Amino acid sequence: MTIAPRIPDPKKLIKGATGDWEVVIGMEVHAQVTSRSKLFSGASAAYGGAPNSHVSLVDAAMPGMLPVINEECIAQAVRTGLGLKAAINEVSVFDRKNYFYPDLPQGYQISQYKQPIVGEGVVTVDLPDGISIEVGIERLHLEQDAGKSIHDQHPTMSFVDLNRSGVALMEIVSKPDLRSSEEAKAYLSKLRTILRYLGTCDGNMEEGSLRADINVSVRRPGEPLGTRCEIKNVNSIRFAGQAIEYEARRQIGILEDGGVIDQETRLYDPGKGETRSMRSKEEAHDYRYFPDPDLLPLVLDPAWIEGLKAHLPELPDEKKARFIADYGVTPYDAMVLTLERASADYFEQVAKGRDGKAAANFMINELFGRLNKDGRSIEDSPVSADQLGAIVDLIRDGTISGKIAKDLFEIVYTEGGDPRDLVESRGLKQVTDTGAIEKAVDDVIAANPDKVAQAKAKPTLAGWFVGQVMKATGGKANPQAVNDIVKAKLGIE
Amino acid sequence: MSVDTATVTRVARLARIKVTAEEAERMTHELNSILGFVEQLDEVDVTGVEPMTSVVNSVMRRRADEVTDGGDAARVTANAPMSDDNFFLVPKVVE
Amino acid sequence: MTDLTDLTLAEARDGLKARDFTAVDLTKAYVAAVEAARDLNAYIVETPEKALAMAAASDERIARGEARPLEGIPLGIKDLFATEGVHTQACSHVLDRFLPPYESTVTANLWADGAVMLGKLNMDEFAMGSSNETSYYGPVTNPWRKRGSNARLVPGGSSGGSAAAVAARICLGATATDTGGSIRQPAAFTGTVGIKPTYGRCSRWGIVAFASSLDQAGPIARDVRDTAILLKSMASVDPKDTTSVDLPVPDYEAAVGRSVKGLKIGIPREYRLDGMPAEIDALWQKGIDILRDAGAEIVEISLPHTKYALPAYYIVAPAEASSNLARYDGVRYGLREKGEDIVDLYETTRAAGFGAEVKRRILIGTYVLSAGYYDAYYLRAQKVRTLIKKDFETVYADGVDAILTPATPSSAFGIGEKAGADPVEMYLNDVFTVTVNMAGLPGIAVPAGLSADGLPLGLQLIGRPFDEETLFTLGAAIEQAAGTVSAERWW
Ligand SMILES: [Mg+2]
Ligand SMILES: [Zn+2]
Repeated sequence: MTIAPRIPDPKKLIKGATGDWEVVIGMEVHAQVTSRSKLFSGASAAYGGAPNSHVSLVDAAMPGMLPVINEECIAQAVRTGLGLKAAINEVSVFDRKNYFYPDLPQGYQISQYKQPIVGEGVVTVDLPDGISIEVGIERLHLEQDAGKSIHDQHPTMSFVDLNRSGVALMEIVSKPDLRSSEEAKAYLSKLRTILRYLGTCDGNMEEGSLRADINVSVRRPGEPLGTRCEIKNVNSIRFAGQAIEYEARRQIGILEDGGVIDQETRLYDPGKGETRSMRSKEEAHDYRYFPDPDLLPLVLDPAWIEGLKAHLPELPDEKKARFIADYGVTPYDAMVLTLERASADYFEQVAKGRDGKAAANFMINELFGRLNKDGRSIEDSPVSADQLGAIVDLIRDGTISGKIAKDLFEIVYTEGGDPRDLVESRGLKQVTDTGAIEKAVDDVIAANPDKVAQAKAKPTLAGWFVGQVMKATGGKANPQAVNDIVKAKLGIE
Repeated sequence: MSVDTATVTRVARLARIKVTAEEAERMTHELNSILGFVEQLDEVDVTGVEPMTSVVNSVMRRRADEVTDGGDAARVTANAPMSDDNFFLVPKVVE
Repeated sequence: MTDLTDLTLAEARDGLKARDFTAVDLTKAYVAAVEAARDLNAYIVETPEKALAMAAASDERIARGEARPLEGIPLGIKDLFATEGVHTQACSHVLDRFLPPYESTVTANLWADGAVMLGKLNMDEFAMGSSNETSYYGPVTNPWRKRGSNARLVPGGSSGGSAAAVAARICLGATATDTGGSIRQPAAFTGTVGIKPTYGRCSRWGIVAFASSLDQAGPIARDVRDTAILLKSMASVDPKDTTSVDLPVPDYEAAVGRSVKGLKIGIPREYRLDGMPAEIDALWQKGIDILRDAGAEIVEISLPHTKYALPAYYIVAPAEASSNLARYDGVRYGLREKGEDIVDLYETTRAAGFGAEVKRRILIGTYVLSAGYYDAYYLRAQKVRTLIKKDFETVYADGVDAILTPATPSSAFGIGEKAGADPVEMYLNDVFTVTVNMAGLPGIAVPAGLSADGLPLGLQLIGRPFDEETLFTLGAAIEQAAGTVSAERWW
């Protein structure tokens, strides 16, 4: 693995009309903490629900209500911090961020401003070209999500639902270490993988469990940072890439025309493929942060942190390295297999006691392809790891050919059943009996005397005979045996 | 430090309280009187002093992660000046 | 039968237990007294049906021999406490018609001990005031008048309704809250006893928040014993308030009547203010003499940062309040004024809903937290607070058991008398009480005599954290020597 130094990479620069530009990207990712109840109330944190049904009196900011912190949300933030190889702060403080908005019932968001629960860390991001980069993590803090306003129910009114209000979020802030939309997408995807491995966020972007605020600026290579714009609330990895591409080119266009970039908040419109300025705020925000007097400082016991560390699952980078070392799979295959913890677990179950490479090949080429076609995830694969392992075994011991294996896989995928029984009952067994193969070869030779003559002059024609024999045996003949017998009978070597 | 009427108007805006020019004028005097009073804190040497975070010496108690509340939208919206189908209604917000 | 409302809480409790009268009898007497005292404007809501139903239930309990500590005792509740289904507006227009679907922990504790609710008591809007003149429901009149005068006086604030109701004998005791002196100052102005317990002793859950790091509930009652009985019921650790403290609640009543012999009482020299009325000074001396005569050791102490408590308070409390009161926005409950858009709705609702003093404090609080001023004001004030707390810790570490000071710099003043004044003049009412909130300590106000014109004056005792018992012991000693006072009925 190579860690690319963060010096301008000519391949990643954007060609402008007046020369090359480097794009600089940093991200603030809001990841919803996986928990049953909210950060400071006992209402459900589940997605959806009838309007205001996941709302306690605390979430609705009724007079006299007080926040009580959810210990699991603290643990999840610490686990995430450990997974990001970050410093865990034994003392952190909850602050109030004050502003008025209908989906913010208290008139403030409880967040962590000066003293977050997690400090600096690092994420190793694998790029498609096989190179890895390290992206610095600035901090991670816990905060409350806001409610939701619906604007299309009524001509003059907005409808406010507080089900999301108070759900725990982790805001994960990266350093401005990303240099292309590709890197940004790979970072988001790696972060999502890590969170899912840890079980601290389900990473469901359609449901908004993972949203990115993306800071984008451009500069001439080697120059100081340019003015950045923040693209708010991007909820798909693909859109993140598109938004960055558009935004970088927009900024380059302005600068090349002699303009200046206004530091502002923008929104990405996937329909138009553009970013646009959010309705300009009438006044600059002044959030008046101060420590929440309802909450004492959060003090973590080092032994408790160690306990969480000890129970941390193996993370994708370690798993990947182990797959390469223990199973002999290629780095690329290892990366693909470890993208999801469930796939990695599945792979290990298949690979146990078998050839790792063969298992990886069959999983990546057959299983993943088929699941993808149906939009299914590995968790609801109709073919179990045991079934898949049996198919791999059948290829391995020569019971079936690779081609038949594909047919057998399809039968198991659609109809289910024990692959060994299916091979018997459907007569899929590879024919290795040379007598039977010899008979089939003799039949083909007898039926095609002209071709026999040609083949003697042009030995490559032997392949045509092999094909005919395979066809005649329904693909079940052992291809190597057929090849040998054809050559022998035709007298070519 | 003292404030002028423009500052008071800006602060009132931040606090989302509508004030007339007259009120802003009066409040400017009142606020300056209070700010003048608190100015004596400047005399105190606070170098090396930690700001108070809690008057009681105790650790923050935590809740177990259990769903113990919610499930009663009617109760939540019962006092709402304007609601429909258990949603709170506000004048249309444009983003 | 003598007027039942003349009995103290302890006497009424014992009378009920002895079946000398029923809870319904007692409650009826109070309901009538409440009605007869409407001129004082102490109650903003009366709940006689509820009171009689609760009293009837108490009688059944008593009959079954299942009486609880406050069985059948009629109380008044400050409007700051959420009472399920009953008017709870912190005496603000902004909470117009709000009916909480929940009960505050403190009042729930009282009902669980058998107490009876007579109604909701007037107070300064959102507990911001020292005279009960900022209430949306109008000022409360102090049952006390100057000798030979009919002029109406303030009962102090913000728990002015609570103090006046106790002094006028239209409840046996009342809940109150104290953020900068709001229990002790009105108690001193009305000749009643009020204790602000240590921060964390009573749950804040269900009490409309003013300044979260300072707010603390406590009782006001006719004498030290009654106050001790009520605090025992009100106090509890509460899983819903993580700033409430998990310590057992002692039997405070048992501390009444204990000997003060050997207790070391600190007299802070910084409380001897320039221009303090001679009678306040004399009262203080009287308190010193009483305790010394009872066997306590008197020592002079220094609390050097005392003078900075009030200015620091006027940064910390408004800052917290500006944030705590942001939720009153016309969206989920309470008043809602018309607005062209959401911002306009917020601005008109809050302009119409909050009174002048509340607006003033929200603006100060918003200003001191705003960009560029946070360090100079809020952060500095919180550092000063650390120094104030340290002052107390030092003297307590030196073996001082409690500190004796005057409760207020003057006796009650006239309604409207300080209306036009500079807001700071009103704030100075809390100069002796506010240090206690800044340090989170317990403080009790006990009447110790009358002014030259016949108004009650009170002394304050400040204790170690969670040592309310010593305050009840010392308060009872002062009370025993100085006697209790009561207002003559004129209403
Ligand atoms: Mg952010
Ligand atoms: Zn955030």
